[in-house]
Amino acid sequence: MDVMPKWADVVLIPLISLILAATLSAIVILAIGESPTNALKIMVDGALGSTYGWGYTLYYATNFIFTGLAVSIAFHARMFNIGGEGQAMMGGLGVALVCMFIPWPHWSLALLGGIVAAAVFGAAWAAIPAFLQAKRGSHIVITTIMFNFIAAALLNYLLIGALKPQGSMEPATGKFPEATHLPNLHDVLGFFGIEFSKAAPANITFFVAILACVAVWALIWRTKLGYELRAFGHSESAAKYAGISPTKIIMVSMLISGGLAGMMAINNVQGEAERLVLNAVEGAGFIGIAVALMGRSHPFGVFLAAILFGFLYQGGAELALWTKIPREMIVVIQALVILFTGALDNMVRMPLERAFLAAKRRNKGAA
Amino acid sequence: MTQAPAIELKGISKAFGPVQANKDISIRVMPGTIHGIIGENGAGKSTLMSILYGFYKADKGEIFIAGKKVQIPDSQAAIAAGIGMVFQHFKLVENFTVLENVVLGAEDSGLLRPSLARARRELKALAEEYGLNVEPDALIEDIGVGMQQRVEILKALYRKADILILDEPTGVLTPAEADQFFRILERLKAEGKTIILITHKLREIMETTDTVSVMRRGEMTATVKTSETSPAELAELMVGRKVLLRVDKAPAKVGATVLEVKDLNVTDNKGVHRLKGINFHVKAGEILGIAGVAGNGQSELLEVLGGYEKATGSITVNGQTIDLTGTHSDGRSRRARGIAHVPEDRQREGLIMDFTAWENVAFGYHHDPKYQRGIFMDNAAIKDDTVGKMERFDVRPPDPKLAAKSFSGGNQQKIVLAREIERNPDLLLIGQPTRGVDIGAIEFIHQQIVALRDQGKAILLVSVELEEILSLSDRIAVMFDGRMMGERLPAQTDEKELGLMMAGITKGEAA
Repeated sequence: MDVMPKWADVVLIPLISLILAATLSAIVILAIGESPTNALKIMVDGALGSTYGWGYTLYYATNFIFTGLAVSIAFHARMFNIGGEGQAMMGGLGVALVCMFIPWPHWSLALLGGIVAAAVFGAAWAAIPAFLQAKRGSHIVITTIMFNFIAAALLNYLLIGALKPQGSMEPATGKFPEATHLPNLHDVLGFFGIEFSKAAPANITFFVAILACVAVWALIWRTKLGYELRAFGHSESAAKYAGISPTKIIMVSMLISGGLAGMMAINNVQGEAERLVLNAVEGAGFIGIAVALMGRSHPFGVFLAAILFGFLYQGGAELALWTKIPREMIVVIQALVILFTGALDNMVRMPLERAFLAAKRRNKGAA
Repeated sequence: MTQAPAIELKGISKAFGPVQANKDISIRVMPGTIHGIIGENGAGKSTLMSILYGFYKADKGEIFIAGKKVQIPDSQAAIAAGIGMVFQHFKLVENFTVLENVVLGAEDSGLLRPSLARARRELKALAEEYGLNVEPDALIEDIGVGMQQRVEILKALYRKADILILDEPTGVLTPAEADQFFRILERLKAEGKTIILITHKLREIMETTDTVSVMRRGEMTATVKTSETSPAELAELMVGRKVLLRVDKAPAKVGATVLEVKDLNVTDNKGVHRLKGINFHVKAGEILGIAGVAGNGQSELLEVLGGYEKATGSITVNGQTIDLTGTHSDGRSRRARGIAHVPEDRQREGLIMDFTAWENVAFGYHHDPKYQRGIFMDNAAIKDDTVGKMERFDVRPPDPKLAAKSFSGGNQQKIVLAREIERNPDLLLIGQPTRGVDIGAIEFIHQQIVALRDQGKAILLVSVELEEILSLSDRIAVMFDGRMMGERLPAQTDEKELGLMMAGITKGEAA
């Protein structure tokens, strides 16, 4: 029985959780000896106060949308894909290879090529753990984590060897050819006559990410595959009764998940760095888990949560720049947000449900 | 009356969120009697007993034991007050001996040996006093369910219980074991124990109790002397309207063979031989009922026929051979062959409890072209279909957007039935059609099954309720230990004979 209206579940609970997380963060900042209001002001100014700040916020958010969607779609099939990090690294490798070795005539084609390569490499990296889960019963959480390390080692090996330009001292590929460079938001929005910072890294991939949100939504709630995926996620025994193959669902959900995580590379590798560097993913694969958790595995929720984490990332960087608050503080704030919105969900939900119930009773009594 | 009641509840109320599970319930149980509590699923019987046993705290009300007001905050207090409870699902440690299970939680001290020695002596005394013989050193996993139930009763007696609460005690017993069980109850009563029997089986109430209380929707609707009431009256009190207890059906018009099963064998993934050379057939226009105590291969049989368990042997439907290896067939291809399946466990298999009613109506048939629009599913079409099905099958509340878990057991079952029956299948597999379903809905479900038979469809009915098998089936087969014990016509057999067959004894051996 639903005791709460839907808006309370979707809006009120995350909001209260966020306020709690912010309050605790404020106490920690106070303890460091800084002013929380000042810190908040710096974060808001730095992340949202200028198109430059927005450019960074949206750039980070784009990464998190992809990895968040990746975790979400797997989660609908009750697969816990912890391997977004490794899959995104491999996506980067795919992007680097097509950008370096295929002579693209125009950035739009290079973007399509990048998307395909990133998705295929990411999906391939998820395919092995998925196969082991489906056929051998090896736990997907364990295998995907292990594959993160294998991906990192593989990229290390390639970036100090085969992919490094002759004579370079840096473990990175050379700059990709000009034709593969993606337009950033300055170019895209400029086309519509909107001023946007030229220096910020947010690029056209942001719109690809929005399209991905819509596509994932349609896939989950409007297609047979999505239906089977959710059915399997809710009850494996019922799925078997209905003739849904567990092997197929495990494989397909993980391939899509890996593909989405891989697609992050068109943002950070092709769009921003324009070359493949070591540790290009910077933990975005793990942030995706928090984003999916907070976004309730719904694409729109993932979008909002990704923007929030983008804000925390960019605002946190500014905080470290302008105050004595260390860079690590932002990890604390993120952890608190994850703790309250994810793990402590029931702490907010229970009293709220009781409050709604009491209100309902009172109304009934009055009527 | 001079004697104080063994238990008296006064004005007990308990709410779970918006649900009023118990509303102002008062009841008096006299010592040395068997008091039945009957009611449909969700009527509040278990909640009331849980309050009495200290699992829940009542919002309002008082409990008196032997005339003295008591507080029962937990089960330890209940035991101290002399209340023992035997749950529907036994709480025994499978790989402990009988003796160890009896002592568990009631040890005299940190050292086990003296406790066990004392328990052995007391068990012997109890066995003599009440005729409850068990082998104290047998492992629980090696003894039958009837024996396990005795251990549960002994556990309560060992803890000096004067009042025994028995929750649906015969659900897992064969008719013969049940008869034995009721003899034990008579003995306990003769020795002065007070017994509260919770059940939804009218027959048990009529045969064993002295007084019976009827619960409906959290309220106690009546308490009557059993000798002054009738099953029809009790059913009416339970449901709130007149109920047909027997199924009216015309003689079967039997057609061609639809399902033919030959030498079917199933070995599960632990290497246990579950089905051992099963042979039978079902013809169009007839209901073949399969009786048996749960766990004798009926579930595996349904799973094989439904397409999600591998087997060897042969199955033909309308003369066409069906693949049993699992490589070329699954639930989906079975449906395409005209086999519909109402599974035994609707909550685990038949429905996705978190899905809405309309999503569940498409379940298993989500490939139906009628439900597609281009690459997408036509959710509007499914919802439309659901509205019609809910109306025709009287699903309440008729809201397609409600999650399956929000419906009562009976209405959940109606959703599954509507989905499967309206596919117009040649063969309907139906397992435990009325398990956990209220009496009012049972009547409706039985009518639907018979109506499908009268349309000339073949129906394979699996049920552990012998009454259901006897009243619905045109032929009855009995399963025991993965084998078919034989077939009988309902007119030529009775519960006693079927009961023996369910225990693995055929007439020749018994005589």
